[in-house]
Amino acid sequence: MNEKFGEIKQEIVDGIKGLQSSKAVYEFKKQFLDNKAGKIGLLMKEMKNIAPEERASFGKSVNDLKEWAQARFAELDETMKSLELERRYAEEKIDVTEPGAEEKSGNLHPITQMRNEIIDVFSGMGFEVVENKEIENDYYNFTALNTPKDHPARDMQDTFYLSPEYLLATQTSAAQIHTMEAKKPPIKILCPGKVFRSDDDATHSPMFHQMEGLVVDKKITLCDLKGMLDEFVQKIYGEGTTTRLRPSYFPFTEPSVEVDVSCFECGGKGCKLCKGTGWIEILGAGIVNRKVLANCGIDPDQYSGLAFGIGLERVTMLKYGINNIKLLFESDIKVLEQIDNN
Amino acid sequence: MLVPLSWLKDYVDINVAPKELEKKLFSCGFEVEEAYEVGKDISNVVVGYVEECEPIPETHLHVCKVNAGSHGTFQVCCGADNVQAGGKYPVALVGATVFATAKDHKTVEGVMTIKKGKLRGYESEGMLCSGVELGVSEDMFPGAGYNGLLVLPEDAEIGADVKPILGLDDWIFDVSITANRPDCQSILGLAREVAAVLDQPLKEPSYEYHETEVKKDGFTVTVSAPDLCPRYIGHYVYDVTIGESPLWMKRRLALVGQTAISNIVDITNYVMLEIGQPMHAFDCEYIEGNAINVRRAAEGEKITTLDEQEYTLTYNNLVICDGVKPVALAGVMGGLNSEIRDTTKAVLFESAKFARDNIRKTARALGKRTDASAKYEKGTDEYSTVHAMARALHLIEELGCGKVSSTHVDANTGNSIEPWEMKVSLSKVNDILGIEVPAQDVLHIMKNLQFAPKIDGDELTIYVPAYREDMDSYPDVAEEVIRMYGYEHVKPTFMPDALVTTGGMNAKQRRELKLKKDLCTTGAYECIHYSFFSPADLDLLKLAKDAPERHAIRILNPINEELSLMRTTLAASMLNAISRNQKKGNLSGRLYEIGKKFIAKDLPLTDYPDERETLCIGIFGEKESFFTLKGMAEKVAESLYVKFDYIPDKKSFLHPYQTAKIVCGGEEVGYLGKVAYPVADKLDLRTDAYLLEIDLKTLYALPAGKASFKPLPKFPGESRDLALVMDKAVTCGQVEDCIREACAYAKNVKLFDKYEGAPIPPTKKSMAFTIDFVPGAEPFEAESVDHFVKKILKNLKNKLDIDLRS
Repeated sequence: MNEKFGEIKQEIVDGIKGLQSSKAVYEFKKQFLDNKAGKIGLLMKEMKNIAPEERASFGKSVNDLKEWAQARFAELDETMKSLELERRYAEEKIDVTEPGAEEKSGNLHPITQMRNEIIDVFSGMGFEVVENKEIENDYYNFTALNTPKDHPARDMQDTFYLSPEYLLATQTSAAQIHTMEAKKPPIKILCPGKVFRSDDDATHSPMFHQMEGLVVDKKITLCDLKGMLDEFVQKIYGEGTTTRLRPSYFPFTEPSVEVDVSCFECGGKGCKLCKGTGWIEILGAGIVNRKVLANCGIDPDQYSGLAFGIGLERVTMLKYGINNIKLLFESDIKVLEQIDNN
Repeated sequence: MLVPLSWLKDYVDINVAPKELEKKLFSCGFEVEEAYEVGKDISNVVVGYVEECEPIPETHLHVCKVNAGSHGTFQVCCGADNVQAGGKYPVALVGATVFATAKDHKTVEGVMTIKKGKLRGYESEGMLCSGVELGVSEDMFPGAGYNGLLVLPEDAEIGADVKPILGLDDWIFDVSITANRPDCQSILGLAREVAAVLDQPLKEPSYEYHETEVKKDGFTVTVSAPDLCPRYIGHYVYDVTIGESPLWMKRRLALVGQTAISNIVDITNYVMLEIGQPMHAFDCEYIEGNAINVRRAAEGEKITTLDEQEYTLTYNNLVICDGVKPVALAGVMGGLNSEIRDTTKAVLFESAKFARDNIRKTARALGKRTDASAKYEKGTDEYSTVHAMARALHLIEELGCGKVSSTHVDANTGNSIEPWEMKVSLSKVNDILGIEVPAQDVLHIMKNLQFAPKIDGDELTIYVPAYREDMDSYPDVAEEVIRMYGYEHVKPTFMPDALVTTGGMNAKQRRELKLKKDLCTTGAYECIHYSFFSPADLDLLKLAKDAPERHAIRILNPINEELSLMRTTLAASMLNAISRNQKKGNLSGRLYEIGKKFIAKDLPLTDYPDERETLCIGIFGEKESFFTLKGMAEKVAESLYVKFDYIPDKKSFLHPYQTAKIVCGGEEVGYLGKVAYPVADKLDLRTDAYLLEIDLKTLYALPAGKASFKPLPKFPGESRDLALVMDKAVTCGQVEDCIREACAYAKNVKLFDKYEGAPIPPTKKSMAFTIDFVPGAEPFEAESVDHFVKKILKNLKNKLDIDLRS
């Protein structure tokens, strides 16, 4: 009988050498450990032929063999599993340098991106956003803004007329008048919008975008204008950026200033962008003309205001180094996909 | 405005370098657009003395020994016919820069650097120069116009730089003058500012002249249109001798690019440049009726101006007439009939103020802008009108070219040219600035600016010169003070006294931004197109003659026809954008724009039109279809928390069977569809394109939807797939509605497959739907869903004759 045990053992030891898969192991294992037909199970059927006094030891030997076999097959299963895992991984090998799947989002227009950036800054300072009309009448676009009919300042802005009284807004300032007529101070508004002037070349487009701001409250001064704009340029162009005011003229402000920002490219040392001056002109501003306040029914002896206007195309072009304003209106995907600062 | 430094120095001592002056002007509000030395292109040219001069045989050339003082003595070959031993000429040393000229020796062809050379075997180290080669004209230096060497004065120091001798060391400033300061549109006007900013006294030019006893008897000036001409001054000058102006005057005119004509004409031009007041001179011989009348032109009246152009005038144009006929187009140009000739013996000088908008309108209407009209358009002042006449008469005497009569007529409306008193509170001035400018500084600044100030406590009294028409109230004083005191004194503060306000975007603005961002996630790029478009765009869209889109607002003065109508649809701009992209090789893409349509209540406009925010999407490329665009439409609905229905429709520019109108809450809000082939062909599109347009103004008017939480179903749902067979005419939408109608628990109904062909009969098609059944408060019972399906199938059979596919 002991020979039989030895044979089975040997058969298992030899048999498992050539096994390559969990399935083969399972099939082979079944030959020995299947409850009914397994060779080790069948040994138990020999019990009846065994002398009663040897039956206990025979039973133990069968059990030992069974345990031994189970342990062998368990080991083998582990080996097979790791082998198979390895094989599966190997089969799934990829070239990680192949291109990734495209997950394409579009972009907001560069002007919208710039506009949002500026709105964020001024919203934080308490400015409401008010939109302008693209078609205005003469009173709101000019007269209320202290630019009467014979005023040469009308020539500063070549106007598109739609009828004797109606025109395409040349500035977003009309929105300020509408607001001041409807609302009493304190007023802090930001008016982004499309404006139109009869001008068409590499730096001028007949339609462009302005963003004007207006504050009306008690004791608003030129120093407040400077403080607010310093804050603004630092948020947009980075810490350490500063502004320079210099005299200018707009009919709706007095005094009026042109505002330059220290060059964000060279930090003021002088470079190609700032044409060696260290400064870049970005906006016009001033203290709201008393006549404009009075035109809107706000007492200029009680209140004062500041106003500023930014050309969005100009700041956008400066920020991204876009050299022709036309590129902003041609909708070339190759251009639009480059500016993704959404 | 061009300002020669040498001319400016007549009125103010300038003790700073040109670059420093530029900075000073900039700081007080006068941007110098360009500042350059007159001879900036000329260098290393010195006074050369020709010691020996021998002809080179068989040529027109001479070989010269030129003494250039401390620079050495050089052999120079020279082709000019006026070179001779003992003469002094400009010599460009080796390494010098001068203008290169063409074969005619007159036309400048850039700048060249002088090198050592050899001519006909003779070494030549340097070049003797002509006026043209140094950029000097006859008006700037006598003899410089000769087509040969420029002859230098005998007393010129050998070896010295020629620039100071020829005036090439002068500087020209191109200054931009803001619209509020027309009084600075002249050398004297700018000199006032320079004097103030440099803290130097102003030296006025001389206005003195001596009237003789002679009178032009009976001469009258009538201003029939005083609204357009508040002041007209005429002065009769006789015994005129027409001739050349003196060098100093010709030189100044030349420096600002004006050609000298004759002494009388040059005086009018000179005074305009110096004082800023346009002037005119009439030849008295051709003034009929011994009278001047300033009046509006008669309709159809004609005038021929000095440049021999004939114009037909209207009532809106102002003319200067003699007793019989128009002799000048007021403020623009004189008439040919009374122009100054070589034979002129007596002239009438005119100095007048005309209404700036009238001159502007005339200049525009006739397409005729002159230096005079430009000055008038910006605005002139009566102080200068008076002073210019005096100055011109002074120059008549200084140049000795005529005699000043005592016929002086000043027709005016009584406006004073004396300074007027203005009192302002210093504290109000400081309140605007936000800083306290010391009273002494205010006094000093206002004094420098010719305001003759006095301070008494808080009260500042100034006397505003009549030429400062921009001065109105204390903010103007604040500006005068701070631009001279310096903007660097303005310290940043942040509205310490202002009330707190809440800021940010309103609901509509936030919705719009969200919509834009949501559209970007579908891979679409935002575009911005012009608010105007072309009549041709309406034709591109094949719109019917009476289509509402053709009722567009027209721009009266468009840049061109292509930009002449306000948009009534955004579709054409989008189609053109797609076409541009395809022409550049971008054959697929997604674009969208949120812009406005302009709907006029009536034309021409008498009221604000309706400005309607509109969304337009354009997609194109192999992978796009009606349904990819519809997916984007659904994205829009989702973003705005609304629901769209789609109903087959037709549009003139879209595919007849791939177009739907979009309906929201029973109202038509837009359309989507495939671009019709003829339209695509017209635009040379290489891939299919699809368009969508939605009126956002209607959607924004709906109550703002918002994201909200619904508790998750407590009980599991079930899904069933149904493959259905139906007539080809039945639509997906009909089936979906029919399914939902039959069972309230059928939450999501989604088409996932469609099929036509055997074994389905040829008149039929198959569509397969997934239906998600979601339980309510109670769980589904074992048979519930089967029961729902039966109900649904029954409804489909009854309403649409639809069978389950076997």
